[in-house]
Amino acid sequence: MQLTARVAAIGLVFLGVVALVVVLLASGGDSDAAKGRTLTFFVAIQPGGSIEEVSKRCSEESNGRYTIEPEFLPTDASQQREQLVRRLGADDSSIDVIGMDVIWTGEFANAGWVEEWTGKRKKEVTEEVFPGVIETASFEDKLYAAPFNTNTQLLWYRKDLVKKAPRTWDEMIDEAEKLGRDNAGTIQVQANRYEGFTVWANALIESAGTELLSGPETVDLAEGPTTRALEVMGRLANSSAAPPSLSTSNEDTARIAFESGESAFMTNYTFAYASAKEEAPEIAKNMGFARFPGIEANRPSKPPLGGFNLAVSSFSENKDIAFDAAACLANGKSQLTATELDGLPPSRSDLYSTKVVTGAFPGFAELVKSSIEAAGPRPSTAAYQDVSLAVQRSLHPPDKIDPEDASSVYDELKSNLEDAVKREGLL
Amino acid sequence: MEAHAQQAPTSARTRSEHRLAWLLCAPAVIAMLAVTAYPIGYAIVLSVQQIDLRFPEEGGFVGLDNYTSVLSSQLWWTDVFNTVFLTVVTVSIELVLGMMIALVMHRAIFGRGVVRTAVLIPYGIITVVAAFSWQFAFAPDSGFVNNLPLISDEMDWFGGRFSSFAVIIMAEVWKTTPFMALLLLAGLVTIDSQLYEAAKVDGASAWQRFTRITLPLMKPAILVALLFRTLDAFRVFDTIYIMTAGAQDTESVSILGFNQLISRLNLGLGSAVSVLIFLCVLAIASFYVKVLGTRVEEGRPGS
Repeated sequence: MQLTARVAAIGLVFLGVVALVVVLLASGGDSDAAKGRTLTFFVAIQPGGSIEEVSKRCSEESNGRYTIEPEFLPTDASQQREQLVRRLGADDSSIDVIGMDVIWTGEFANAGWVEEWTGKRKKEVTEEVFPGVIETASFEDKLYAAPFNTNTQLLWYRKDLVKKAPRTWDEMIDEAEKLGRDNAGTIQVQANRYEGFTVWANALIESAGTELLSGPETVDLAEGPTTRALEVMGRLANSSAAPPSLSTSNEDTARIAFESGESAFMTNYTFAYASAKEEAPEIAKNMGFARFPGIEANRPSKPPLGGFNLAVSSFSENKDIAFDAAACLANGKSQLTATELDGLPPSRSDLYSTKVVTGAFPGFAELVKSSIEAAGPRPSTAAYQDVSLAVQRSLHPPDKIDPEDASSVYDELKSNLEDAVKREGLL
Repeated sequence: MEAHAQQAPTSARTRSEHRLAWLLCAPAVIAMLAVTAYPIGYAIVLSVQQIDLRFPEEGGFVGLDNYTSVLSSQLWWTDVFNTVFLTVVTVSIELVLGMMIALVMHRAIFGRGVVRTAVLIPYGIITVVAAFSWQFAFAPDSGFVNNLPLISDEMDWFGGRFSSFAVIIMAEVWKTTPFMALLLLAGLVTIDSQLYEAAKVDGASAWQRFTRITLPLMKPAILVALLFRTLDAFRVFDTIYIMTAGAQDTESVSILGFNQLISRLNLGLGSAVSVLIFLCVLAIASFYVKVLGTRVEEGRPGS
């Protein structure tokens, strides 16, 4: 008797729990309907909160058509990509909008993971956008993403130590050697073996007057200019101007060293200024800025180009509204939010005279704009990862390059790149 | 064991018991097939094809082409050398340190529980977390190591091959020595203390007791510990990935496989690397089991 009573009691409790769950699920469904479809936006985390802000604003502006839920990826670019390709490779429908790094476009487009932008929408999201940035969102003349923020590197230097900003790397190394290591005579760059190293190498090679690839599967790499660029790299790495941890440096170690007063020069993205103002006001007071240095005095440099474009996943179940959402997330208003909260340069050239941009980049908004216009983007190819790995394998650590004769390193780089575009061999 | 000697039961009963045994094992066998045999088989199938996720329209059977390009690559052999070097050095250091710690844990008179727990803490820490901690400790700008006496403030540990290996080996040893010590301790406690007393009576020194009694009787435990750790060490990934990501020629075969599979999305080539790693692991395991297995029998107490 007692046993049956207990079984009955347990059964009743169980039924009650089931009923409660059903009610909760149903009410959840109801409130979702009021907010429209939920779109998931996979994007790199931005510490200033601009992603949350634009997602919220666009959800409100949609008048109940959709709600954008940001899903944050790690800060490291390779780890962002790793998480995305694992999902996209498995046809994951839980991604609607993708914050796509400029170097992933070829790969994602060729794999059939992102949708092409056409017609009126294409016109809308490319209006007033820098042509170079549109190229980073395109592959084989088709647009695959709405340009969101862009980015470029400037030369940052100490006005109290250096009278005039150097125009070339050679001038800068001379100047640093003159100052001496004990007197901040070092140059901060990004030379750990990671994507940042490819950024640096590509900018040097582009500035010397040639390029890694001339087409998605053709290696360019004119011998004269490339060798010259590599010799500059080798000269810096083997000189007293190289900081002790050059071959493990990244954007953040460079910033920290510059802010601690260890180095008179640094090439880095635009966040460096706001960071110095916050972390090292004394250094920020004397912080000068100039165009990314060139290789030859008579040839203007081609600074690096970074940034994110917003793509619509081919596996999304709500592609149509995802296009609308991406267009809103990438529009001028959103770009200004990203500039204001996270210091990211807009991809629309007409925004550089706004108060938001001139306030975020005090005195150097025009420099950022001209730097983006002159930038030398990294190659656009579906095998970009292979190309980047080949560059890193051939040139890292940079102190192995003989500053007098870089021809053997040149040969290695060229043959590794040939393999990379054909996707042959191990990398 | 003798207690289990059985009288032959009726054959019908044996058969039904067998059937029951299989029935009871079936879920485990099916689960094992699903989670191990299937992925291994799939990797082998992928490794003989040209498959690249970024080029979905390409593909097809290419035979052993992927294996040829892996085995003819300088990179593969450099990485095999790195991995074997790391494995031999870390496992040797761990064996010596682990044995010392096991002896201490065995002999600890007071606070036995505390000593054993304290020794095990590093093993309880997630490898990635441990790797990050050591990386920060050795970072030239923010780490404490360069502030120690006798070490240059400007030492860039991850800027050279030798120093990178030194830090990686140290982190690995720090992390897994407790595991080694634990396995060895398990062997140590099985040794009858009367043997030591008898040896003492016969006038054997402490060193003689260690080499003549402890080591021979612990052989099975030592071999098991070595087998586990060698297989583990050969697949080293986390520590290297966090610390150098393979820069300065510190790449292991697992990192090489990761680069082909995840960075390049070249599933054919990457699977070939994975299958080759699998074969290496298989070779190591069968080496221990076949060649050294006989000694396990010899070393068993009471045999």
